[in-house]
Amino acid sequence: MTTPASDPALDIINLRKTFGGLTVTQDVSLSVKQGERRLIIGPNGAGKTTLFNQVSGDLRPNSGLIRLFGIDITYLPPYSRAHHGLSRTYQIITLFGGDTLEHNVTLGLLGLRASRWQMWRPMSSYRDLTNEARRTLDSVGLLHLASHPISDIAYGEKRRAELAVALAQKPRVMLLDEPLAGLSNAERSTVKSLIASISRQTTIIMIDHDMDTALDLAETVTLLNYGRVIVDGERDAVIADERTREVYLGT
Amino acid sequence: MKWVAAAVIAASLLLPPFLAGDFYINLGSQILIAAIFALSLNLLVGFGGMTSLGHASYLGVAAYISALLTSKYGYGHGAAACIAISGTVAMAGLFGLIALRATGLGFLMITLALSQVLWGLAYRMSDVTNGDNGIAGLTRPAPFGISLESAVAFYWFVLIIAVIAFLMMAIFVTSAFGASLKGVRDQPRRMAALGFNPWLIRWITFVYAGFWGAVAGLLYVYYHKYIHPSSLSTTSSAEALLGVIAGGSGTLGGPAVGAALVLLLKNYASAYIERWNMLLGLVFLFIVLVMPSGIVPGLERLTSRWRSP
Amino acid sequence: MQFWIIQGLNSLSLGGLLFLLSSGFSLIFGLMRLANLTHGAFFMLGTYFAAIALRSYSGLNIWVTALGAGIAVAAIGGLFERLVLTRLKTNPLGQVLVTLGMSFIISDACLMLWGGDSIPVPTPQNLQAPTRLFGFVFPTYRLVLVALAGAAAIVLYLLLERTRLGAMIRAGVDDGQMARAVGIPVSNLFTVVFCLGAGIAGAGGVLGGPILSAYPGLDADMLPLALIVVILGGIGSLLGAFIGSFIIGIIYTFGTALFPELAYIILFLPMIVVLAFRPQGLFGRVGA
Repeated sequence: MTTPASDPALDIINLRKTFGGLTVTQDVSLSVKQGERRLIIGPNGAGKTTLFNQVSGDLRPNSGLIRLFGIDITYLPPYSRAHHGLSRTYQIITLFGGDTLEHNVTLGLLGLRASRWQMWRPMSSYRDLTNEARRTLDSVGLLHLASHPISDIAYGEKRRAELAVALAQKPRVMLLDEPLAGLSNAERSTVKSLIASISRQTTIIMIDHDMDTALDLAETVTLLNYGRVIVDGERDAVIADERTREVYLGT
Repeated sequence: MKWVAAAVIAASLLLPPFLAGDFYINLGSQILIAAIFALSLNLLVGFGGMTSLGHASYLGVAAYISALLTSKYGYGHGAAACIAISGTVAMAGLFGLIALRATGLGFLMITLALSQVLWGLAYRMSDVTNGDNGIAGLTRPAPFGISLESAVAFYWFVLIIAVIAFLMMAIFVTSAFGASLKGVRDQPRRMAALGFNPWLIRWITFVYAGFWGAVAGLLYVYYHKYIHPSSLSTTSSAEALLGVIAGGSGTLGGPAVGAALVLLLKNYASAYIERWNMLLGLVFLFIVLVMPSGIVPGLERLTSRWRSP
Repeated sequence: MQFWIIQGLNSLSLGGLLFLLSSGFSLIFGLMRLANLTHGAFFMLGTYFAAIALRSYSGLNIWVTALGAGIAVAAIGGLFERLVLTRLKTNPLGQVLVTLGMSFIISDACLMLWGGDSIPVPTPQNLQAPTRLFGFVFPTYRLVLVALAGAAAIVLYLLLERTRLGAMIRAGVDDGQMARAVGIPVSNLFTVVFCLGAGIAGAGGVLGGPILSAYPGLDADMLPLALIVVILGGIGSLLGAFIGSFIIGIIYTFGTALFPELAYIILFLPMIVVLAFRPQGLFGRVGA
């Protein structure tokens, strides 16, 4: 599928979501260009993860539009969005604990292949998948842990494994939900350089609380508060903006 | 160790027709039929993470269709078997559409309600099903002209089908689809985000489990030459579920062992105790409280402790 | 015309009984996330209790019997909950299986103690004479039953909405974790609700005795009806259990009267329709 380079990777138009009487997403509009590195920030409860959930399809918005490379995905089920090139990591690690690292990545690769419906060849016979999984693990520096069960590896390595599973599909848009959460300083710089090394073929949209680390990775920043977009633009401009100070220092 | 176990299993399956009397050979046939049924249920419970209390529906409906077509409408066994299986599979497809509107306990309740409805129908529609009298005087098929009347002949017939069933289900479970099924069991949201369609994966598994349940149903009615609404009852589904859990739902062969144990218990207990249902209930409590992951995993743990002290 | 009136009343009285049966089931499921498959057996215990007690002691009053049975069944339920269910907090599948096992134990015990024949329960003497209203004749007991079910609904509603206990139960149903976090003794609450549900079912069994009679298999007949009511009305919703009970009461009564062989199919059609369009039931909360 060839997309004109002018199409934004992700286009959100007047998105609205209410839970009972509470409006958690208020007319949010934002546009992310192909290859961009966007950081979404905001205090707790600003609606960042809710926004991600609507983009990934885990939540249905009440109104508004979400377009992925020009295609309307607003009401598509989550699995369809993966086939359109969307990939996501979660705040809580949702890998398959009892399975090996290699199996986790292989499963990630299987999700987009027609062979996932095959009911007769044993999984272990898919050499091409396993090889590609190992290549992906190598690219994130985890090949030596390939045959370890996920439950056995360190937390920082689990976070890198999450990224590996998401990256394996060569997604066009990646949603990273707090990828640096709970990491030690050393682990954080490893994961940071991993994210920084992702090719421009993938557009990255990230949520993170840790402004100091995350800002290094961002080119553009969107500030959310109470479900609304407050500031949106180039990183340095947003940091300098008065309204950003207001939100974080609170007046 | 695995080869020893395999040899023991092979011996216990192949030797009875040569060594044992009719009573034990017949018991063997019953065990194999129960094993096929339990394995089909475990596709849902162990591998799919969908606990159903209505699996007897597929056994019973296939049995009834075959019984009615051959006894009342003069169909040959071949045609009756085809119609029974396709009808039951179609019903599984429909039931799957209804039951899979929910997951977990909601799914369980719907499967229970649906199977109770079928049981009630079998009971009440006496002009069709003979109600509480059941349908008797049925015959066994004669594939390629070979009579299955003798205990030995029928045993070989069931054994061949059981081995095919086991192999096909093993292939299913270790395939790419099987890996997706297990993934959906463990992390459905994650799987959806990766591009898998959780609902469709579950539905297909539900229908496939119904297929093997129907096969077990045909073997069941051929063996007993009789069918009664009780085979559609919750007790029937519960016995299968007990077999699955007692044997170990996490393993491929565990449910077969569990089903064998439940059947043996039922046969021996009913000689001494009238109240099989009460015993069944107590066994449920015991297994769940004391051995929740089943006998086969429990044994595996025991033997691994012996090997590496 | 008399036919329709009579069947109409029968529907309402069955609906009333179903409410007594399923309100407890719905509460237990809503709070404890437990599909209590013993519930039909609890109901049946009440009916057998009534059958034996009322036939042996002619001076005994059905209302007192209902109260007594309610307390006895609540006690049995409480013991079961404390001794067995609490050990299975992390094993929801196991919980379902033990409630199933318990139902087998209870139903076989009834069979063992009181035999396989159906035992009728006498209608209270002072309610045996039929009532004449608007030129039609109504069996008085059924009228009383409907009124009782309505009263029970009001009492339960007040309990849930106006008392502290009710507030705690509702908090537990809405968000168990949060309830624990604010100090609500959820584990004790579980026992209370289980006893309450079992007790109402037991009392309902007594009250249903004159209409249903005590027979082996009553539990297996009642449980799927409770399931269908709760699936239809929505889990954890008292209003859903109330409306669902009467809808099922009407469908089942008229269905059995008009198309006896197809009554079961007619029963599960509304369940399918509701599931197709609103999987959480008419009044249930999403994500139950």
